[in-house]
Amino acid sequence: MNANVPILPDASALAESGRLRTGLARFFAAPLAALGAIVLLAVVLVAILAPVLSPQNPYDLMQLDIMDSRLPPGSSSFNGVPYHLGTDGQGRDILSGIMYGLRTSLLVGLVSAVAAALMGTTVGLMAAYVGGRTEGFLMRLVDLQLSFPTILMALMVLAFLGNGVTNVILAIIIAEWATYARTSRGTALVEREKEYIEAARCLRIPAHRILLRHLLPNCLAPIIVIATMQVARAIGLEATLSFLGLGASVTQPSLGMLISNGYQYLLSGLYWISFYPGIALLITIVAINLVGDRLRDVLNPRSTR
Amino acid sequence: MITTIIRRGIQAMFVIFAMTLIVFLGVNVIGNPVDILVNPDLNQAERLRVVERLGLDQPLWQQYLTFLKGLTQGDFGTSFVYGRPALDVILDRLPATLELALLAMVIALVIGLPLGLYAGLYPNRISSRVIMTGSILGFSLPTFWVGLMFILLFAVELGWLPSNGRGSTVEFLGARWSFLTADGLQHMILPALNLALFKTSLILRLTRAGVQEVVAQDYVKFARAKGLRENRVILVHILKNLMIPVVTIIGLEFGSLIAFSVVTESIFGWPGTGKLIIDSINLLDRPVVVAYLMMMVVLFVTLNFIIDISYTLLDPRVRLDGKG
Repeated sequence: MNANVPILPDASALAESGRLRTGLARFFAAPLAALGAIVLLAVVLVAILAPVLSPQNPYDLMQLDIMDSRLPPGSSSFNGVPYHLGTDGQGRDILSGIMYGLRTSLLVGLVSAVAAALMGTTVGLMAAYVGGRTEGFLMRLVDLQLSFPTILMALMVLAFLGNGVTNVILAIIIAEWATYARTSRGTALVEREKEYIEAARCLRIPAHRILLRHLLPNCLAPIIVIATMQVARAIGLEATLSFLGLGASVTQPSLGMLISNGYQYLLSGLYWISFYPGIALLITIVAINLVGDRLRDVLNPRSTR
Repeated sequence: MITTIIRRGIQAMFVIFAMTLIVFLGVNVIGNPVDILVNPDLNQAERLRVVERLGLDQPLWQQYLTFLKGLTQGDFGTSFVYGRPALDVILDRLPATLELALLAMVIALVIGLPLGLYAGLYPNRISSRVIMTGSILGFSLPTFWVGLMFILLFAVELGWLPSNGRGSTVEFLGARWSFLTADGLQHMILPALNLALFKTSLILRLTRAGVQEVVAQDYVKFARAKGLRENRVILVHILKNLMIPVVTIIGLEFGSLIAFSVVTESIFGWPGTGKLIIDSINLLDRPVVVAYLMMMVVLFVTLNFIIDISYTLLDPRVRLDGKG
């Protein structure tokens, strides 16, 4: 038994890298998923490189000219800066606005999904490992929370905390953690009964170490899938909340805020102010969902044939 | 059986009580409504009088006790903005939300069920693939943006449909309804379609999955072997067995439809409860926010209670609380 212990990590590491390679190959075998991954990569790059790529810094007032406001797509400013997607009511270039807006949207999506995953997984694994009354109580709490729609939970939190990006992130975390808790507990309940956990217990490995080093890695696959999809959901939710006037501030607009800005011009037919940020939002969400969908197929052991 | 119902009932009551505390405390943590609701030109004495009239000078626990006492009498306090009882303000707006949610559910059924049936019966046709891809879009598209595009296309460019308000209403059963007038119905179409978008995709996918499950059953094979006409097999043998999960989902999702009407109502200026709550949050109209949230809590706790109980009634294998 003892002789086996030091060998284990090496063996599993080997298997890990082999699995990763075949996993990646399988992931890119689906053309739609590959397209999604490439588009997503492009979107992330655009967001990161926004200050370099964008024709204009839309939040530097010195670069704005009110005379350029509400220009249709394809026009340009007096000194020849092209407005490929038109300008909004303050004369900001829509394309640049989208590039900067992506940063806020992606940031909110990523931070809230990761934080909710951390919180939910901790609760779920603890509940599964500890069991008994604690588990019962925690899972009742999860059931309760999941019986309310996400938007209602988010509204409730924002009604308490007030507006702003940080509060929106908090609201999304509070609204979404329960999904992770339920999934990770479900997986952990199955894993808990397996021999390797029993072996670890027999070896008197401390509980926190079993949880972190043995249980968690083996429950990770479904959590990663949910977290991926959740990034898209969080981006959509943030956009919705911003549109309702409860989200991002004017100084740090997200895509939802940009769409909201165009709302008032819609009835006069100035479609581009809302239309293009919406397309950017749609592309981002669909790309993430395609990647997540494929991840689910690849990581699901039952679908391995 | 009875004990399960009673235990569930007590749990539901406890949840509602806990939520009163959370909601009340939560809402009272946001900024000071005095600054927003009291005219800044008033002098100190007049300010104090207003604060006193609104009950904002009391300690928090006192306000909560008053609130709880009022709650048992259906009194959530007086709206700071409308100067009327908060519950009345909400109940006034409720018919608008209900009729919109109902129409959206009908639309989702009328579109989602046949399309899902078709995609399930003929999964390999190209048209089925198009339908399924379309349903993914229905999940991915941000509802509020689709709403804006509806306005742009149908109201601004084509000029077919109005995009704002309820249109003319008539009084019926003590409330005002839009769906009874031609003008009102016209006003309902765009918001109802928008609200139905997500649910249509949901019902479509659920129906398709159900069809594929049912088609493989022996009784369907037998009905076909018996030489029944295909129409009869589809309508009686397949559709009937499909309705159970679909009806369950409709019941479950009706609550969330009301919650999601927050977005749709804000886009189309539909004067229902959803628009009211957003306005009230922005104006810090606490009694209305609290009353709305409590109403939703009661709605969802009740819905879940009914679902739990009916599952136990329908399927004895479902054991609540794992103790049985």
